[in-house]
Amino acid sequence: MTLIRSLLIANRGEIACRIARTARDLGIRTIAIHSDADADALHVSTCDQAVALPGDAPADTYLRTDLIIAAARRTGAEAIHPGYGFLAENAAFAQAVIDAGLIWIGPPPTAIAAMGSKVEAKAAMRTAGVPVLPDSSVEGIDQIGMPLLIKASAGGGGRGMRIVRDSAQLAESLEIATREAVSAFGDGTVFCERYVERSRHIEIQVMADHHGNTVALFERECSIQRRHQKIVEEAPSPAVTPELRSRLCEAAVTAARNVGYIGAGTVEFLMDPAGEFYFLEMNTRLQVEHPVTEMITGLDLVALQIRIAEGHPLPAEALHPTITGHSIEVRLTAEDPAQNYMPMTGTFHRFELPHTAGIRVDTGISSGSVISPHYDSMVAKVIAHGTDRLDAIRRLHRALTESKVHGPTTNLDQLRQILLDPRFQSGDMHTGFLEDDPCITPTATSDLEFVAVALTMQARHRASATAWAFTPSGWRNNAAVAHAVTILDGDREVEVRYVLGRTLTVEITDIDQADPADPTGSPNIRQVPISQWEADTAGVSLSVDGLSACYEVDLVTDMNRTVAYVHSPDGSRRLFVQPRFPAVNLAGTAGSLTAPMPGAIRRVYVSVGELVTAGTPLLALEAMKMEHQVLAPADGIVAEVMIGVGDQVDTGQTLLRLEDANEDQGETS
Amino acid sequence: MPILSDQIDPRSAAYQANAAHMLELLAEHDRQLAIANAGGGEKYVARHRQRGKLLIRERIQLLIDPDSAFLELSPLAAWGTDFPVGAGTVTGIGVIEGVECMITGNDSTVRGGTSGLAGVRKSLRALEIAIENRLPFISLTESGGADLPHQSDIFIPGGKTFHDITTLSAMGVPTMSIVFGSSTAGGAYQPGMSDYVVMIDKRSKVFLGGPPLVKMATGEESDDESLGGAEMHARVSGLADYFATDEFDAIRIGRQIMRRINHRKLGPGPRGAGRAPHYSPEQLLGIPSADLKVPFDPRDVIARIVDESDFDEFKPLYGSSLVTGYAEIHGYNVGILANHRGVLFNEESQKAAQFIQLANQTDTPLVFLQNTTGYMVGKQYEQRGIVKDGSKMINAVSNSSVPHLTINMGASYGAGNYGMCGRPFGPRLLFTWPHAKTAVMGPQQLAGVLSIVARQSAESMGRPFDEEADAQMRAAVEAQIERESLAPFMTGKLYDDGIIDPRDTRTVLGIALSVVHNNVIRGRHGDGFGVFRM
Repeated sequence: MTLIRSLLIANRGEIACRIARTARDLGIRTIAIHSDADADALHVSTCDQAVALPGDAPADTYLRTDLIIAAARRTGAEAIHPGYGFLAENAAFAQAVIDAGLIWIGPPPTAIAAMGSKVEAKAAMRTAGVPVLPDSSVEGIDQIGMPLLIKASAGGGGRGMRIVRDSAQLAESLEIATREAVSAFGDGTVFCERYVERSRHIEIQVMADHHGNTVALFERECSIQRRHQKIVEEAPSPAVTPELRSRLCEAAVTAARNVGYIGAGTVEFLMDPAGEFYFLEMNTRLQVEHPVTEMITGLDLVALQIRIAEGHPLPAEALHPTITGHSIEVRLTAEDPAQNYMPMTGTFHRFELPHTAGIRVDTGISSGSVISPHYDSMVAKVIAHGTDRLDAIRRLHRALTESKVHGPTTNLDQLRQILLDPRFQSGDMHTGFLEDDPCITPTATSDLEFVAVALTMQARHRASATAWAFTPSGWRNNAAVAHAVTILDGDREVEVRYVLGRTLTVEITDIDQADPADPTGSPNIRQVPISQWEADTAGVSLSVDGLSACYEVDLVTDMNRTVAYVHSPDGSRRLFVQPRFPAVNLAGTAGSLTAPMPGAIRRVYVSVGELVTAGTPLLALEAMKMEHQVLAPADGIVAEVMIGVGDQVDTGQTLLRLEDANEDQGETS
Repeated sequence: MPILSDQIDPRSAAYQANAAHMLELLAEHDRQLAIANAGGGEKYVARHRQRGKLLIRERIQLLIDPDSAFLELSPLAAWGTDFPVGAGTVTGIGVIEGVECMITGNDSTVRGGTSGLAGVRKSLRALEIAIENRLPFISLTESGGADLPHQSDIFIPGGKTFHDITTLSAMGVPTMSIVFGSSTAGGAYQPGMSDYVVMIDKRSKVFLGGPPLVKMATGEESDDESLGGAEMHARVSGLADYFATDEFDAIRIGRQIMRRINHRKLGPGPRGAGRAPHYSPEQLLGIPSADLKVPFDPRDVIARIVDESDFDEFKPLYGSSLVTGYAEIHGYNVGILANHRGVLFNEESQKAAQFIQLANQTDTPLVFLQNTTGYMVGKQYEQRGIVKDGSKMINAVSNSSVPHLTINMGASYGAGNYGMCGRPFGPRLLFTWPHAKTAVMGPQQLAGVLSIVARQSAESMGRPFDEEADAQMRAAVEAQIERESLAPFMTGKLYDDGIIDPRDTRTVLGIALSVVHNNVIRGRHGDGFGVFRM
């Protein structure tokens, strides 16, 4: 038995932070590694020490066995925790760590290797009596029948996975899956498996020590997935009865024992609508969704991993686990569900997730963090624990509603909609849940939200006033013109006009949107009858007909653009405030096509009829031994060339004429 | 701190009647403002908009800092005359990039933006305010030039507008002209005399003589663009410093210029943000008497316009018909002179003369709250030298060199108007409450005087006095004098800088004090006699 006093965490993001937290609790010194892009990341400041790995790409940094072991040596780390992803399930890395005389916090390399090939793992499980789905290599497809699922043998995370429902698509799907597998895992081996429609994803957390104890810490359900990647996970599963639970746990323990498993692992099963389950694969690491198990069992899985690595037997509370309440986790990702989950990058200038009762937040970022394109799009896990499933749903929804996530687009709204979806609330889930309904129904922005933005802008203007700061906002002795702010809400453009006299009058117009009930086609203008209001730079409170509510508005101005994040009982929203004046087009000044000084034409680069873009060199003029390039001030067509090479020209003399390519109207210089 | 006490009962019948009357007058004032704001009327406004142009007040709205205040001056100029209400010109003080500026502009929906006599007077007053207070001067030009049928009234006085623009420049106060449309013939000197000129592509037109005149003069064929277009002036003549693509761009450039103008106020800043009065300014609706014959205590007004209702009264026991004392308004130290019980006696006159001298000793701006029927007449007062004492007060007002701000909150009759710094005595700004009256004397008194004089004349000539004709004459004169003493009439003649809602008085005075502090605040002291004890 050893005592680990220092730990290198060979990972980044929330999991590195989460491991560091437990390590600190255990009195262990922590060492982070980081790429250049992550130099300012939260996991770096969370750890006691950090080693920089030059470069940004994972292949240059978090996947470099040699650099990581060197970092451990340099910092005197006694152990390495791989987290999940990157090198977590790389048997060669595990072996290298052990060979370096360091403690590997994970299963034996042999167990990793045994579970590393999905085909071989399934075969082994079949032999051990664990139920598996019929599968085959590509050659024996006919035995399986349609529909089937093509999977990468070395895969994970949904990459290289394709469903085939029609044999005509088979060849093409195989090709694509192979290509994806090669690019993602460096191994193009794929296999086919019967595809079960409307199946659930159920997995069992196992823990095994060096003393012959292997326990199952119950199931997690992870059926809600997007592109085969989990986004909502819970424990226990609403579809698992106590009887089914004991069978699942038994199968998982069998699977783990079968490969001589030590440490934390997860045995994944597919469950069909009839309640039959089949072994899918075993993940030989800590899972992303491990917190839901921690919440219902009260165990700290990372602490258990460390204790197991130190050689301790599992404690009594792990050997005899119990379930308390219900836990649900959602993965907050910087991606746009409405754009096929396109990853988003940028700065989260505000990133505040509430720590209310029953809520746990695991994140690797904080306000000001920059999301780079190099790594995974997940930015946080929000985990709720409640007395029962509905309690957990309610707490989680409330926490997401109160979250201040200001920056790149995230799936926050989608997560909220999933939690409110009747299918989810009744526990009626399957892995195609989001294909049936992606839960991305946009909700219309209320007029009061627009008003809140306008009045907060107003308060900000007043707060920054250096002269006449004492006057009432927008004071007039002759109120002839209303104050106006134009706000963009997706494709919608709305003008808020307000007069702040002794009473507030507000009018909202949807620009370019005529009232359908009005045959004259006049714009849809409506009054907002606000009876009481108060505003400061952080938001407003508005009262309409005795109903009052607070609208928190966070205004972020970058260059000429102001983004407004609005939080209210109506939800959270991102709106864009149009600048007061249109952006200046400095290049667009018409007609720079006159000679800037007297001189001789040395070169003419263009001829009549040629299309040029702004900045294209048109000709060269020599004066006082200097050669000056005359550039196209805007896109256009060369309409006329008034000079030739060798001509002497005078200041202001027209050299050539460009025409707008779109209009026939000539723009004379 | 001497906090003024609250003497007002908003439930009293008198208060209610006063407030109702005031609200009625304010509603009427709003109707008159709406007429001025409508400019040349629906047809011309629509045509203006069709050309993609902003209205003058929209241009100003965009030019000033967002959600900042704007103090429009004399919006009802030309009221009661043959000229359109507002005189086709908008003038006012606003803040651009933190700098207080005098902004003027033509309303080109009104008679094509031509200048009439009232418009010229309004522009000259704006320039006068800019000069006295060192305010950068910005004109939003779009004018058809002089209103030619009235050229004899405006040619000579109008020339001073160009003169005064360079006066400002010579003082080191920036001037700017943003040319939204025509600014031709004499009008061309508007941009010509300005420090900064912004012109708008295909909109600005600045030349001495247009194509017809050029054709008549020299036979040359020409067009507007080559004679005075924005591009020509930006590239060839150099009259334009900035070339704007459209109105928004021009206004943006105007703001950009002010952002870097490096303007410094010469007067001291306020002592800090002034705290609000303890009593609601809303009650200023019911405090001033609807019937000017009923006096009211100006301390109730002061309690609602000065910081924390904190007023240090000077000589409270002496000459109590005039209240004098010190206070702060939005952090600016001021001396206040306010009429109480209307009449100025010998003691009040002496007290005022002394107080004005003291304020000059300490460089303290003065606020005059007028509600006066004038200096006392009668044998006793004449023999005690009311002319001498009144003259002391008027002399002090005339030669005081600290800024004066005047609010007419009721009556401003006779020489009381002079002593309480009426228009002829050059207050930096003068505003009137809607119910106030200004005249040489009250209508009944004036008619009565005429009647007595006529009766004496008839008697001395031995003619019978026609009582019926006298009654008719008195009624007619009373009606005429009443009409001509009302606030809209006086404001129409530019005898004030505008009518204000009494509830806005504190805000208006705060703006005015901030404005006057653009210039040096220096009283008359140090180079003559000391303060004379009166």
